[in-house]
Amino acid sequence: MNILKLSTKNLLRNKLTTFLNIILVAFGIAILSILFLASTQIGNKLEQNAKDIDLVVGAKGSPLQLILSSIYHIDFPTGNIPLKDATELMQNPMVKKAVPLALGDNYQGYRIVGTDSGFVGLYGLKLSAGKFWSKDLEATIGSTVAAEAKLKVGDKFFGAHGLSDASDEHKHHAYTVTGILQIQGNVTDNLILTNIGSVYKMHEPDHDDHDVHPEEAEIDNKEITSILIQYRSPMSVVIFPRMVNQSTNMQAASPAMESARLFSLIGVGIETLKWFAVLIMAISAMSVFISLYNSMKEKKYDLAIMRCLGASKSKLFFLVMIEGLLITVSGAILGLFIGHLAIQIIGMYQESAQARLTGLYFVNDEFYLIIAGLFIGIIASIIPALQTYRVDIARTLSKDK
Amino acid sequence: MISIQSLTHQYQNGPNLNFTDWEIQDEEQWLLLGASGSGKSTLLNIVSGLLKPTSGSVKLNGTEIYSLSLKDMDRFRGQNIGIVFQKPHLIKSLNIYDNVALASSLAGIKLDKARIFSLLASLGLENKKRNFPDELSQGQLQRVSIARALLNNPSLLIADEPTSSLDDENAENVIDILTEQAKENHASLVIATHDKRVRNRISKEYLL
Repeated sequence: MNILKLSTKNLLRNKLTTFLNIILVAFGIAILSILFLASTQIGNKLEQNAKDIDLVVGAKGSPLQLILSSIYHIDFPTGNIPLKDATELMQNPMVKKAVPLALGDNYQGYRIVGTDSGFVGLYGLKLSAGKFWSKDLEATIGSTVAAEAKLKVGDKFFGAHGLSDASDEHKHHAYTVTGILQIQGNVTDNLILTNIGSVYKMHEPDHDDHDVHPEEAEIDNKEITSILIQYRSPMSVVIFPRMVNQSTNMQAASPAMESARLFSLIGVGIETLKWFAVLIMAISAMSVFISLYNSMKEKKYDLAIMRCLGASKSKLFFLVMIEGLLITVSGAILGLFIGHLAIQIIGMYQESAQARLTGLYFVNDEFYLIIAGLFIGIIASIIPALQTYRVDIARTLSKDK
Repeated sequence: MISIQSLTHQYQNGPNLNFTDWEIQDEEQWLLLGASGSGKSTLLNIVSGLLKPTSGSVKLNGTEIYSLSLKDMDRFRGQNIGIVFQKPHLIKSLNIYDNVALASSLAGIKLDKARIFSLLASLGLENKKRNFPDELSQGQLQRVSIARALLNNPSLLIADEPTSSLDDENAENVIDILTEQAKENHASLVIATHDKRVRNRISKEYLL
């Protein structure tokens, strides 16, 4: 029998106390791991989606909204911009690459994005089946769309007006799926790509229908939603957005700046939760300490008898240390498990597929959580463990119990 | 063979105890007699290697035990001295088998299952191996602690008031067991007691 087995048996003897302590440690660790997992995953998604995009130009309004709608495809667009102005801007010498976007329709909640072949290059898209769209009403769909809406190459579907609901379908024109993208790990998995012409076609005045569409005016003047821009040189960071914002009727928003701003907004909440978790872990350390300390009174006889049977003082020291460490380390592991499970469950209930979280994702920081578990164990058990050195075997054992 | 020579012990703010020299040959059985407060427990603790005397020497099979380092002494005690206390002092979280087995693992001796089984059987405990200490009677517990003390074939078996909390029948049993087991295991036996029931069983006496 080694001291690990002995510690385990001691812990199992006080099942409820051990259980409570493990749960306390696990709870603190779980909150921290959820925070780590969620913030890195969200951060990574934001970063991946905006990787090669230096600037977004769209209609005036909230810059954050513009970024959210044009890059992350979460919020609604700020409005439209005239194609004429957009084309002018796209030919600016400071612009290396410009990709126009025309939003406005969806299929089962997946956004239909009218764009040009520049989009393929910008996101480095690859096909897993079929070919990219080339003519009007041809569509290339993201991997998630294909899987969840059960679309294959050659299938036809009707787009619906709006960005999320399917109440108002464009019954006159059906899209044909010409290609399916490989899994990209970014927002394009959830998009339906087509050319801008298709989006215009959807919104052309309907000759059979005498109702006047509100979009009609837009179509006549040819508008798009926004442009994704890559600079030719980093120098443009300062000049170009200012030029857009001051001399045109459009606004420029930088994804980097807006995501930083978004993070600073939710950062306060994350910080509070972090401190809450740290507090819980401190309480758990205290609880482990108190249980070990209290059990020392009872354990004094056990320790004395073990010394009698030939155990050295250092062996008994480790016996008590291991008890503390077993609690906190198993608590830490359980906490990580709960954390991942929670993230997975949150991911399953998440509405927006664009930022879906998964529990099957590990970050390096979690390794530190295990270390933290070890650390709490050491802190909590060092004083009780040192007490083993003070046990006077002769006196303890000759005294009546 | 155990010998103590010119042993004294001075407790802090307590009496100064002097012990006359004592030699115990292999397999001899002794009683250690004395009124309470006469230093019986002190002498027993010194002989068991649990309490360092102020001066004097304790030799067990030629080893001067108080010249060993603390760690070596713990191990030496585990391997050479078996102690039976007034109370059995078993570890509650371990079953009877594990309680006995603990003696060999803590002393750093290879576990001998057959030896544990035969010891438990000879003490009438073969059916209690998987039971926990709180399921056994006081007399049974005392026998478990004897099995534990004997497991490592010690050359000295020490019993401190082994009968004081037992009724006549059990006391008689325990004395039988101690003397028989000490003989069977070729150990010297020292029983400290003030119990009259024990006195007529063993002839050699060391009086304090």
